[in-house]
Amino acid sequence: MKVDQSLPLEYGTEQNQMNILGFWIFLGAEIMLFATLFASYFTLEHRIGSGPSGAEIFEITPVLIETFLLLTSSFTIGLAIHAMRLGRQKAMMGFLAVTLLLGLAFLGVEIYEFIHYYHVGATLQTSAFTAILLTTLGTHGAHVTLGLFWGLFILIQIKKRGLTPATANKSFIFSLYWHFLDVVWIFIFSFIYLKGMM
Amino acid sequence: MEFFQRFAIPHPSPAIYASMVAIVLTMIAIVVGVTYFKKWGYLWREWLTTVDHKRIGIMYLISALLMLFRGGADAIMMRAQLAAPENTLLDAQHYNEIFTTHGVVMIIFMAMPFIMALMNFVVPLQIGARDVAFPRLNALSFWLFFMGAMLFNISFVVGGSPDAGWTSYFPLAGNEFSTSVGTNYYMIAIQIAGIGTLITGINFLVTILKMRAPGMTLMRMPMFTWSALITNLIIVFAFPVLTIALLMGTMDRLFGTHFFTLDNGGMDMLWANLFWIWGHPEVYILILPAFGVYSEVISTFSRRNLYGYTSMVASMVVISLLSFTVWVHHFFTMGQGALTNSIFSITTMAIAVPTGVKIFNWLLTMWRGKIVVTTPMLYSLLFIPLFTIGGVTGVMLGMSAADYQYHNTMFLVAHFHMVIIPGVVFAMLAGLTYWWPKMFGFMLNEKLGKAAAWVIAAGTLLAFMPMFFTGLDGQARRMYTYSETAGYTTGNMISFVGAAILAIGFVIIVYNIYYSFRYAPRNIGSDPWDARSLEWATHSPVPDYNFAVTPQVESREAFWDAKKKGHVLFKEELKKIHMPNSSGVPFIMSALFFVFGFGFIFSIWPLVIISGIGIFACMAHRSFEKDDGFYIPVEEVKETEEKLGGAK
Repeated sequence: MKVDQSLPLEYGTEQNQMNILGFWIFLGAEIMLFATLFASYFTLEHRIGSGPSGAEIFEITPVLIETFLLLTSSFTIGLAIHAMRLGRQKAMMGFLAVTLLLGLAFLGVEIYEFIHYYHVGATLQTSAFTAILLTTLGTHGAHVTLGLFWGLFILIQIKKRGLTPATANKSFIFSLYWHFLDVVWIFIFSFIYLKGMM
Repeated sequence: MEFFQRFAIPHPSPAIYASMVAIVLTMIAIVVGVTYFKKWGYLWREWLTTVDHKRIGIMYLISALLMLFRGGADAIMMRAQLAAPENTLLDAQHYNEIFTTHGVVMIIFMAMPFIMALMNFVVPLQIGARDVAFPRLNALSFWLFFMGAMLFNISFVVGGSPDAGWTSYFPLAGNEFSTSVGTNYYMIAIQIAGIGTLITGINFLVTILKMRAPGMTLMRMPMFTWSALITNLIIVFAFPVLTIALLMGTMDRLFGTHFFTLDNGGMDMLWANLFWIWGHPEVYILILPAFGVYSEVISTFSRRNLYGYTSMVASMVVISLLSFTVWVHHFFTMGQGALTNSIFSITTMAIAVPTGVKIFNWLLTMWRGKIVVTTPMLYSLLFIPLFTIGGVTGVMLGMSAADYQYHNTMFLVAHFHMVIIPGVVFAMLAGLTYWWPKMFGFMLNEKLGKAAAWVIAAGTLLAFMPMFFTGLDGQARRMYTYSETAGYTTGNMISFVGAAILAIGFVIIVYNIYYSFRYAPRNIGSDPWDARSLEWATHSPVPDYNFAVTPQVESREAFWDAKKKGHVLFKEELKKIHMPNSSGVPFIMSALFFVFGFGFIFSIWPLVIISGIGIFACMAHRSFEKDDGFYIPVEEVKETEEKLGGAK
């Protein structure tokens, strides 16, 4: 493998550059995926049948906690990539680990939130609104879950193999993914929760 | 025993039992055959684990041809049923199942892989690349498609076929009206194949953007590669919509959600909208590569540069954008109101403009050219008038006020068949004949090829022209029979004869493959058509590494100018060549997806969990794996090049 030293490690080989471009295109597809979910959400938002509406079931506290956790994790993954660029493997691993822990905490609160919805009678089968709400949140949550495993695998690989062009490339791509999930969450926060509670 | 009852066919007939026997016998024959000839190792090493874009292309091709015959058998059955009034060859339920599977198989499991076959084989060669950007993912794409197709195809012998039409509109496709597992097959099998297609889209975008030979700027790419670029862009933006629509449909059917139901706030029209937001771009995913093939073929056999290259590219870009803005024209009659319908009428008719530009460009390419009527060229020449019939009737359908007359009649069926068959099928057959010598090292017989082209064109006209008229007379699509007094008898009889002639055309193609395999000469050189683009600059059949030396491009018609103007394509010395490793994981992972999907369809949750863990394990394995590929040493490259007839 030829490594171009004039570029950051994660862009160092041709394959690395293609991986990053490919992942950006994948994120384009992901934007369409979530855009479809949001479009469907706006279509079904007020079609609550005999079930509750958003204003009746949304709770601000867990949502705010989730938002803070995920936004902070986006900051720490940024620090991790910065540390990676400086070649500081320990710091990088530390920030990556913090990111994953914050993600895990986010997921915990989201599970609590889902249990809450179940108890107030907003299940997957209640109405079109609850179905699209839980599907949209669930799709985001599933992405976070997958991300946790993925991030963990990368962490283990960095520990074993150090910061190589391959592991740096994976970490950088993972950071793109993680930031993307954060952006999606900002849309969920604004257009599902805030809009629903107004 | 109760457990197995769910796999029973809800609506059996002797034909289905006969197919079961046939399927079992074929599978036994394959297993016995491969074992007898001791080919398991060969099959695994050379095909099931390959990541070579050329072999993947050939596997796509084989699957597409198989599915063509499956879908064709469905078509013949439908036409036979409708050939006479009050016919009892099929009953209503079987007819429903057959038109549903015909549509899905032909669009998703025949046309798509046919396009993928040509794209896989040709695009890396046309841009002078060693392989695609992500060879391993490419194998995964193929196997996901393949397993999706297999899953869909076992539906008619295990549990029952889908029967709600290829559009699968809700509430018809909901649990209330589609009680068998058939529609589950639809939702899951297309989902699995769709993931594969999405991955292909990403893969080819990166390949075309990043791996072009030095000197090949975007505006120097061959037109087929341009069409592949635009097509894959549409794939990346259209398929996620289908992913979500199918997810919601699956949840409605399996988990009792209310996305598309009539109660608890569900909205059946949401499905129709989402389906066609994917479905209409899908039409252009099919037709743009076909246009790319025609551009290559017409330019090659007119011995002229493609006329209006820039406008060809521009029209494809415009088509790709407009394709996302017309979806409502599929259901003008389903209650949007005049304003919405008018807007979508205008966008629909606007697409005729860039399409017209392309037609005129092809005509002007031929103008004053030295036209050589080979089989691929014959298909292209037949395509222009026949496709225009389909296109013009499309504009008729696009007028929303008039559409109330045509909607859901045989007129519509005639229209889209006249677009898809001359547009996509002719192009694929032209492309198949055109690139066949590059794939296999011998040419298909020209006489048989041309005969097949004429027969298929005649069959197409006979089969579909009468439908325009019976449709205008009010014959509804998807009706399994009609009364004698309705006056559709003659038209439908002619259609049946046309369908039979079409079938004969495909039989001639099969015979041609057999005949040419046995008798065609093998010493055809690397450029039998006197063609223009880079794929003809390497040997036939193509060595593993495609090009021993990366070509350097100086003009649009790279290979033509190398031949005529003396441009030098291969300047560098031979070097060792980096190649990707083969891997069995894509095959295993896709097989697990098959089990996963099967578990979902029949709600066998332990199966879903086990295979789900398996899929996850495959992904984890890939994450931890170190795979830097391998190098082919210079000596071996030299040896191969000499064996294939001197360094190129």
